Amino acid sequence: MSVETLYSETVSRAPAGFLFIRRIHLKLMALGLGIVVLFALALAWGSVNIPLDEVVRVLTTGEASKPSWVSIVMKVRLPKAITAILAGAALSVSGLVMQTFFRNPLAGPYILGISSGASLGVGLVVLAGGATSGLVIGVGLGGDFLLAAAASIGAALALGIVLIAARRVENSLTLLVLGVMFGSFTSAIVSLLMYFSAPERVQTYIQWTFGSFSTVTTSQLVPLAAGVIAGLILTGGLAKSLNALLLGEEYARTMGLSVGRVRLLIVTGTALLAGTVTAFCGPVGFIGTAVPHLCRAMFNSSDHRILLPACGLMGACVGLGAALIAELPGSSVILPLNAVTALLGAPVVMFVLMRQRQLHKAFGG
Amino acid sequence: MAIFKPQISPSPYADLPLTPYADLTPSPLVGEGAGGEGFALATHNLSVGYAPSRKMTRIVAESLNLTVSGGEFVCLLGPNGAGKSTLLRTLAGMQAPLAGRVDIDGTDLHALTANQRAKKLAVVLTERVSPGLLTGWELVALGRHPHTGWMGGVSEQDVKAVKRAVAAVGAEHLAPRTFIELSDGERQKLMIARALAQEPHVLLLDEPTAFLDAPRRAELMILLRQVARTANCAVLASTHDLQLAQRSADRLWLMDGTGGVISGTLNDSALYGGLARAFSVPGLTYDPHTGTFENR
Repeated sequence: MSVETLYSETVSRAPAGFLFIRRIHLKLMALGLGIVVLFALALAWGSVNIPLDEVVRVLTTGEASKPSWVSIVMKVRLPKAITAILAGAALSVSGLVMQTFFRNPLAGPYILGISSGASLGVGLVVLAGGATSGLVIGVGLGGDFLLAAAASIGAALALGIVLIAARRVENSLTLLVLGVMFGSFTSAIVSLLMYFSAPERVQTYIQWTFGSFSTVTTSQLVPLAAGVIAGLILTGGLAKSLNALLLGEEYARTMGLSVGRVRLLIVTGTALLAGTVTAFCGPVGFIGTAVPHLCRAMFNSSDHRILLPACGLMGACVGLGAALIAELPGSSVILPLNAVTALLGAPVVMFVLMRQRQLHKAFGG
Repeated sequence: MAIFKPQISPSPYADLPLTPYADLTPSPLVGEGAGGEGFALATHNLSVGYAPSRKMTRIVAESLNLTVSGGEFVCLLGPNGAGKSTLLRTLAGMQAPLAGRVDIDGTDLHALTANQRAKKLAVVLTERVSPGLLTGWELVALGRHPHTGWMGGVSEQDVKAVKRAVAAVGAEHLAPRTFIELSDGERQKLMIARALAQEPHVLLLDEPTAFLDAPRRAELMILLRQVARTANCAVLASTHDLQLAQRSADRLWLMDGTGGVISGTLNDSALYGGLARAFSVPGLTYDPHTGTFENR
């Protein structure tokens, strides 16, 4: 093979290449199409199945053959589907960023202790809060909002600690260990609270830890969307820096990256993404760790200019899919979200990783 | 008595024989002095070492006035623990000097932003990297980091620079392959190409031959000299390959662990004596001319 052919081959893998761009775009478009289909199904299917044309009618004119369908679609399923998209995308993107930042395939959005902080906040309100018990155990709208507030404050406090630590510590590995230690510390407190609490309060707390996309009301959608979109914009701008970080912080620095500034941006972005989602949906697990692996396998790339949008789109798909399955369409049963994501997702990820054998490639070792 | 003879594998550089040190004509730019003018890399009364706390400082070497010109290939020699990595890290701006200054093209290294620095100075470290699923091409293209915009979009000019860098190390055939599937020698070539893609004036390498077998080590040293000439770049590499360094480098820097750096060729008696002193161990004397250890 001549040097020219070799070059045309390599250049086609470079972002300027025409064929390369097209193949990537096709895959991204397929994921976008997946979102549209799953979004439509999420609006149509549930305990009551509504025909698709009626769903479209509700969305366009606000009317339907049965009046109850209007409120089901507009008040229950639409906010839920939008929440699933936002949360799925946010968790996946922050999971990818954390995996690259820590060069660790097990990292996810909660590695910095965000869910631990949120759990502590909710644990304190639900398990230890005497005056608020009426609100919480009633799990009405007020209860949901209180839980969101407690989770937000807890997550924000945890992040404050991590941000202060991120400015002081020299390397990311220390930050990783700090996050894990912080998680152990808060779960110990929660365990103690549970040990001394009444069973029904423990039940409420456990309900929260299952995670859910359906507790978000239309009015709560605004802060959720604002936080997630701000986080996505922030992390989207980090693609180039994340690529440099693939070689480790030392090399990134010699290539002109201000590692300290980027570290702060990464932690802030993850805080916005995972913190906002945890506040409104509880600690939704698995998606954030699994989707980046699926994206790497699908796109066979470590380039964050591809992986970031890919994770956003696939995360939204997975979020919608999990929400759909948790509904068990046609039945009135709703499964706990975290059980669904892990029960169906874990085998898929295991299969993909075993088939591709590229985990060690992507992370060394 | 076995004498280590490097064997050169067939490579693009096979026609470039290992030049005995004595045949090397010094490049016209070569010269030592405190002046920063004209040198790609120059130090002024530089002290390197560690300052773990305000009261404690461990000086590894001090009052260093060293220079490297563009196109020159210098090897940094010294026994383990003499402070080669500390000196290299200070010259690379990865750690602050205890005193004095490092100039790149006549400007203070520490006055430059990280991005400005990366356009003038590139580094290849000893540590192995695991850059995910990047191809050789993508890895080399990472070197364009200081030149690209905020999204890292690659322009026509960047593609040209990456091509040039890949060609400079003779790694055209490695570009389409996944980096982590390559051998250590192939990876090292691509890492050097990545550094060259930064289009630096100074290239620093910390033990670039550490993981390589004998032919690959020889090939790499010749390559570094070649790179210095073609890219008109000042190349400074630390190494434990005494004989290879003596044969391929334009000049040697010796850190003997006594707090200074001796610069010169084997013809200089100071360097010759320094080498013999620094590498002799109880019972064995090092002979810089043959590159062998002999019974005392």
